[in-house]
Order: sequence, then structure tokens, then C-alpha cells
Amino acid sequence: METKMEPPKNTIGIIGWLRKNLFNGWFNSLLTIIFLWIVFTVLYAALKWVFVTADWTVIVVNLRLLLVGQYPQDQIFRVWLALTLVSTLTGLSWGLWKGTIGNLAIALGASFLILSLFPFSGEVKTWLLVNATAIGLGYVLGRYFPILRKPTAASWILLFPFIIVLLRGLGTSWLPIVGTNLWGGLMLTFLLAIVAIVFSFPLGVLLALGRTSKLPLVRYLSIGYIELIRGVPLITILFMAQLMLPLFLPEGVTLDRVLRAMAGLTLFSAAYLAENVRSGLQSIPRGQYEAAQALGLSNFKTTFLIVLPQALRAVIPILVGQFIALFKDTSLVSIVGILDFLGIGRSIVAQPEFLGRQREILIFAAAIYFVFSYAMSYASRRLEKSLGVGER
Amino acid sequence: MTIINQEQTTEDIIICRNIHKWYGKHHALNDISMTIKKGEVVVIFGPSGSGKSSFIRTLNALEEIQSGQIIVDGIELSHDLANIEAIRMETGMVFQQFNLFPHMTVLSNITLAPIWVRKWPKAKAEKVAMELLERVGIPEQAHKYPGQLSGGQQQRVAIARALAMQPKILLFDEPTSALDPEMIKEVLDVMKELAKTGITMIVVTHEMGFAREVADRLVFFDEGRIIEQGTPYDIFNNAQQDRTKLFLSQIL
Repeated sequence: METKMEPPKNTIGIIGWLRKNLFNGWFNSLLTIIFLWIVFTVLYAALKWVFVTADWTVIVVNLRLLLVGQYPQDQIFRVWLALTLVSTLTGLSWGLWKGTIGNLAIALGASFLILSLFPFSGEVKTWLLVNATAIGLGYVLGRYFPILRKPTAASWILLFPFIIVLLRGLGTSWLPIVGTNLWGGLMLTFLLAIVAIVFSFPLGVLLALGRTSKLPLVRYLSIGYIELIRGVPLITILFMAQLMLPLFLPEGVTLDRVLRAMAGLTLFSAAYLAENVRSGLQSIPRGQYEAAQALGLSNFKTTFLIVLPQALRAVIPILVGQFIALFKDTSLVSIVGILDFLGIGRSIVAQPEFLGRQREILIFAAAIYFVFSYAMSYASRRLEKSLGVGER
Repeated sequence: MTIINQEQTTEDIIICRNIHKWYGKHHALNDISMTIKKGEVVVIFGPSGSGKSSFIRTLNALEEIQSGQIIVDGIELSHDLANIEAIRMETGMVFQQFNLFPHMTVLSNITLAPIWVRKWPKAKAEKVAMELLERVGIPEQAHKYPGQLSGGQQQRVAIARALAMQPKILLFDEPTSALDPEMIKEVLDVMKELAKTGITMIVVTHEMGFAREVADRLVFFDEGRIIEQGTPYDIFNNAQQDRTKLFLSQIL
């Protein structure tokens, strides 16, 4: 005789749970109370500082400086235009692919709308609303025209060089050149991070493949490069990029300071990325190579169709961790005189009228770094999940 | 029956002459010579470490030999990568651990090589792949990932993947050793069907029932040498060598 047994229902309520876990016995009750008191005190002090003591005017007054550095006021529309392009593509991708990008699009759109409620100038408000609308419009377009998938994907790839040209200008009367010495703030932080990520990724993958290559010359060159870079602090590399890079370039070719910093970050990041990718390569069982070879696939096809897709998937969490670290490491460029987000912040508190306001600036900077690092981390978690289908 | 078979298939498709292979100091293959005719089903058996897996893996150059000669379908195996790839296009291989590609669907696993090596259009490759899945009895699994299938189903996909390149020779390296007992039969059934189609098969296995029923020839390996070979009848009822008798008495 077989009876079907249901799993027992969880009948403990909140009170029951509290009793069972936090107040079971006098000692645990005491610990709970002491801990609650500590949390309360810290929170109270923190909130009191944020809402009462702190003087946020330093942020308000310098907001433009913090966000775009000394980018000329009359050319600022280019930055907005670049942002609007990003918004439009994000909206389009939301409509086309839904999922994670949708959540990010909603977060972005909501931020624009909330920010537009703040007492900014009319111009800023208009642009914020234009951006929010761009996301919405993009979504609708993407939703009803699935044909736009390929153009959208291509646009994401083209977007980045396009933005660089847009910000730098062509030297015409419409788009006069804005030298990178005027770039700064959060905008520059983003550009540094994106360039370093986008270029160090392929370079790192090639180095990892080089290090596992059977050709001795390729292998030793890769090992040499990776170990050399990993043996040197990032700050040193940034200095070297400023001082030494011009020596290696042919005469007449000059890289400006920002580009040199980008090169330094890219070269640095690639070495670490290579080792992370290599750890993924090593996780692929021999049988996968054998199966691919037995089917007649060349070494090249085996690598790019079988091995790399699996290896990269295995190391997504490490890679994103590295990209987040890189995003924050860009703040080191202020040492070579480039005014990124944090660099601008520090130069602001050095001014006499904002003396003693570094707490506000640092907290603000920390919050901004956190928001974007967390967004990356969130996206990677979702990516892992969506790729996890049918995993071993 | 054997006489008719010989008349139909006089062509030698695999010729091995005096193969030697060492792993470090271990002499894994010691002077192996063997000729296999087109359409023949050869079962190789022997104790573990006897070199039978190493041998079958030298035939498509997954393992390198140190001396000797291997000619597959008229192509001599050499260090020349073009020769190796040509031979691999003529030989399909099925592994003990299936070795399906976990990041691709069943269908993509099967169409991969036809599309990227034979340069077939995708539609044609998928049509052939579906026919093969019908043949191994699991067309409904086409869009699943290998990790979602049972061991027996995975091995049948692996067979379909090997067949997709339309090889002249199929190599089976202990295809049922990693399977749960209840799944061995479904894989062996597929292999029996294949044997009837006239494709050349070389099977390393301990499934002596399969060998008795399907094989044209049994080859007994021990310590890197061929100890004895013959028809299933000869081997099972009239083995000449003591080592063969001893091994058969242990596994039967």
C-alpha cells in the first residue's frame, strides 16, 4: 500500500523564526540586542551625517566638472548626443532581446526621469528627458521591428569609435577639435575603462592562446610579456606609458596623454586577462580536443569553435571581476596628471573654498563607482545564468 | 559466408605495418601489423593496458606512432597535416566518454563538422543530421543540450555525429564502458544496425555477445601485441593461445 506523502508545510511565522534563530536562550538574546544596538548607532550616525551635517553644495556647484571635466560649455551637446545614442541603442536592445538589457534599460531610464526632477537648468532637464524618451522610443521600435537586430548589434560595435570622433571633433566649424586635455571627469573614466576593456580582451585571449601554443617562440614571447607586465605595478606602467611610449613610435606620430594612458591600461589588463583565460582553457577536458580533431576540424577551428567558447564561458565571473577592478583602477591615471572622475574630485577639494569637503566628494565618488560596478556585476550574473543552459 | 564476404570486399581499407609506440619507457604497441578489408567488422579485446585503445587511436592520428606505417583508404599517415586531416574526414570516432560539445545543441553537435569541414550549406547539414537522429532513434532530442540527455542517448548522438561526415570507417573506443547496464543495449542495437550497412567498423569492447553476433574477426591484444585473431567461432570455441583462453574464461 503506497500513500503519497506531501512535504511538511513551513508553518513558522516571522515571530517563530525570530524566536528560533535570534532569541533561543539568554546568551543569543543578549548578542542579538547588542548587535542591534551597534547597527542602530552606526546607521543613525551615518544618516545624520548624510542628511544634516554634510554640505552637498560642493557636489552641486562642481557637478559639471565632476561629470565631464573641462569640456567646453558650448560643445557640451556632443556629450549629451553621445549619451543619447547609448540610450537609444539600450532601448532598442531592450525591445529586441528583453531580459537583462531590459532591466538595465529600465534602471537607466528611471535614473534620467528621477534626475530630471532635480533643480537643474532647463537645458539639462531637456536632455535628460530626451534620453528617457530615446529609451522608450528605442524599445517600441525594437519591439515591433525585429528586423533591426543585426543593425543594432552592428551599431553597438560602431558606437564606440563614433563617440570618440564625436567628442574629439573633426576640426570643422560644426565639430571643432576638443583636445583630450580638456576631457575629464566621469566621462573620461568611462572612456578609459571601455577602451581598456574592449582592447585588452582580444589581446588577452591571444596571449592566453600564445602561452598554451606548441610553438616555442610564440609561447616564450607570451610568457615573457605576461610575467613582465604582472611583475610591475600599474602605476609604473602608467608612468612608463607616458615617458617611454613616445620613444617607440615612429617620428611624427604623437599620442596625447589620454591615449597613452589608455595604452598603458590596455597592456596592463591584457596580461592579467590572459592568465584568467588560460585558466579557462585548462578546464577544457582533453576529450573535447580529441572529438574535434577526430571530426577533421583544424587546430584553428577547434580553438575558435570548441575550446574558446567553453573556456570563456567558464571564466565569465573572473573576467567581470577583472573588468570591475579595471574600471576602478582607471582612477590611478590622476597620478600622471589626467583628471578622471576621482582626480577632478581631489582637485576640487584642493581649492580653498571647498576646504574640508573631501568627505562629501569621496562619498559621492564611492556611490557612483558602486552603482556602475554593481550594474556590471548584475549583468554578468544574468549572463552566466542565461548561458548556463545545458551546462555540464 | 566468410568466403562470399571476401569476394565482395577484396579491397584493403586499413593497412598497418610494424607499428611501434612507446609512452616514455613503456612499450605500448609492439610490432603490430594488421590489414582490414572494406566492410569488415573487427572487434579488438584484451585486458586493460594491453594497447587496444592506443592502437585504434593511432588509426586517425590521435596518437602518434614512433615507427611503422599506417595506410588508411590509400592515404599514408605521416606528419603532413593535410594527410592527417584527409584521413580524419574518412574516419568517424566514437569515444568512451562520448565527448559531445556541451555548449552546443544536439543538432549543432552533428552539423558542426559537415558545415565547417565539408562546407555543406546549413540546410543540407541539418537535413542529414535529422535523418541520422531518426536512425539512432532520438529525433525528438535535436534541440536539447547534451547535458540534458541520458548516457545512452548521448552516445547515440555521438554515433550520429561521427556518421554525419559520411566516413568510410568507424572507430569505436569502448563505446559502452561508461554506460549504465540498462543503456548498453540501446547503443549496441544501433551499432548492430550499422554493421549491417557494410561500413568498416573497428570496435574496442568487452561486449563479447556483440562480438559473437556481429564481428567478422576478433583480435586479442595483450601487452602491446596481437596474441591471436580469428573468426568469433575460432576464438570462442577453439582458441589456440593460453592467454586468450585465460582472458576469455575471466570475462565470460
